[in-house]
Amino acid sequence: MKKYSDIKGDTPVKDNIVVRLTDVDKNYGDNRIVKKISLDVSEGEFLTLLGPSGCGKTTTLRMIAGFETVTAGTILLHGEDVKDKKPNERDVNTVFQNYALFPHMNVRDNISFGLVEKKTPKAEIKKRVSEMLKLVRLEGMERRMPSQLSGGQKQRVAIARALVNRPSVLLLDEPLGALDLKLRKQMQSELKHLQQRLGITFIYVTHDQEEALTMSDRIAVMNDGVIEQIGTPREVYDTPKTKFVADFIGESNIIEGYSQNSGDGLMDIIFESGKAVVNGKGIDIDEMLYICIRPENLRITREPVPGFSIKGRVKEHVFVGSSTKTIIELVNGQELKAARTPDAELFNIGERVNVSWLPERAVVLHTKEDKLYDVIENNSASEMFKSFMREDGGNA
Amino acid sequence: MRKKLSNKLVQTVMIGPTVLWLLAFLLAPLIIVVGISFLTKNAHGGVNMPITLEAYKSMANLDYLMIFARSMWLAAETTILCLVFGYPLAAIIARSSKNVKPILVLMVMLPFWINSMIRLYGWMTMLRTEGIINTILLGIGIIDEPLAMLYTDGAVVLGMVYELLPFAVLPLYTSIEKIDPSLLEAACDLGAARRRSFMRVTLPLTMPGIFAGSIQTFIPALGLFYVSDMLGGGSSMYLGNLIKNQFLSARNWPLGAALSLLLIVITIVLMRLYTRVGKLDDIV
Repeated sequence: MKKYSDIKGDTPVKDNIVVRLTDVDKNYGDNRIVKKISLDVSEGEFLTLLGPSGCGKTTTLRMIAGFETVTAGTILLHGEDVKDKKPNERDVNTVFQNYALFPHMNVRDNISFGLVEKKTPKAEIKKRVSEMLKLVRLEGMERRMPSQLSGGQKQRVAIARALVNRPSVLLLDEPLGALDLKLRKQMQSELKHLQQRLGITFIYVTHDQEEALTMSDRIAVMNDGVIEQIGTPREVYDTPKTKFVADFIGESNIIEGYSQNSGDGLMDIIFESGKAVVNGKGIDIDEMLYICIRPENLRITREPVPGFSIKGRVKEHVFVGSSTKTIIELVNGQELKAARTPDAELFNIGERVNVSWLPERAVVLHTKEDKLYDVIENNSASEMFKSFMREDGGNA
Repeated sequence: MRKKLSNKLVQTVMIGPTVLWLLAFLLAPLIIVVGISFLTKNAHGGVNMPITLEAYKSMANLDYLMIFARSMWLAAETTILCLVFGYPLAAIIARSSKNVKPILVLMVMLPFWINSMIRLYGWMTMLRTEGIINTILLGIGIIDEPLAMLYTDGAVVLGMVYELLPFAVLPLYTSIEKIDPSLLEAACDLGAARRRSFMRVTLPLTMPGIFAGSIQTFIPALGLFYVSDMLGGGSSMYLGNLIKNQFLSARNWPLGAALSLLLIVITIVLMRLYTRVGKLDDIV
């Protein structure tokens, strides 16, 4: 079986690039919104720009659509620089966040707007509009005005209005943001199926990580104007490359630590609250690291696990519907979340437990910060760690 | 019970003065005008019994019909010019930045704070034979003889447009500003260049504003007698001048009253139309 990690997110198939961004910058005055973004999108791909509000994802989308100019860098559509092309001259269409349906036109006129502009023959317009209405399941609604439609219906009209032009790329700016949870889930799968059926490239902007994980072929995680990581949903979830990605996508336990060699391709990590083991590949000795463990990979046991000496106290159980989360407080006060499967052992609140994980399940994030010793020197809060280090040194 | 009573009292105190004011200074004069229109004029310039329809009958006179038609035409001309000049102005104000916008709106409103007669005197000094415009043009040598600008129909139209432009700009501004910018982006995204997007999106969506602006310029344009008096020099007679003359110079009060009522009826019809379309606005 092909492992998910074999699919390289950073190197998409190079021959069918529809959209290529090279070192794209966007400044508003002194404010750098987008910083040197490079991105390739292949034909038929569902790519999501994911990030918190203000990270530059919508600005990036608007630059591709042509609503914003590029401060520096180039955007190629089908290999052609679109710097001087207005939005109406680009072979892309946008689904706007607030739908932006023309309030004075009925559903049919809204959908046919682009075709009329392209002077498509009347018979052809009629055919394609009814095709689209069928596709988005709005048959019989042609004469309704936008004010007479529900949120989900408006959304479908907005999608139909864009898709009817058969763009090579469809840009979607948080299209499901205004819908309630249930409708959003339904529209997510509808959109995904639509995209797969039509084979149109989708560039989708959202701040909802779950939405991104569900729908995308690849996700570009953006933060503060840069792309922190591009990869398949599986990649960005299982092997986040930065602390931000680990934190933003799904739930993570992130622990700061410091590496010490322990042989066997493994590496001991010393934390404030104990010692643990991770895969040693690519880690230098004496390196300061963030270790990221997903709640579902965190194991809680009564007996100590060899190599691990992280002790904690069960603080509370949080019921979240599909599972129960156990919150464990470590000796330094940090709290870790562990997802408990229904058949796992139940610990009492206040019980002292050992925390561990399979070394290959821990994701090691390198940081550019100073060596831990410097941090310790400057941080009086880590007195406990110093004493811990002294103990450890005594044993060695 | 007590509460209800005190509520009533508060209501009476609050609304009472306004109602009295309207009764004394709007309804009463109106009734007097209606009354006068049915009386007979007397030799001393006042009115006498008997009650007659003479005033209304005399309105069906070719001269008066001509004046009526000319007034309608002037009002229409004024309205169209106000829209033509007002729309781009309103669009510029609506699209300007947050800091500039209030200043521009203020500049549109500013003339309201100065007596319109005074402003028209300003125009008179400019348009006169030896006024600024003629002096400059003669000085540069573009013209050899001063242009006759004052006391022409053109000067009247100019004055009317000048007086009524804000009434067109403000509703236009409101309706243009209300348009969601993403609609224009959507139109552009769907292949509509600027002009097409204006024709298919902006114009239809600002129709209520255009209509409101038209009514708000057309109605006062019908009755503004002093503009044609001052800038037209009485060269052409309009409905407003005619009414004024019947009361002040010709001393035919019944006819003046009947003509006034005609003007009021036209206004009411137009206002009805306006509120109808106003309701349409809510739907769109």
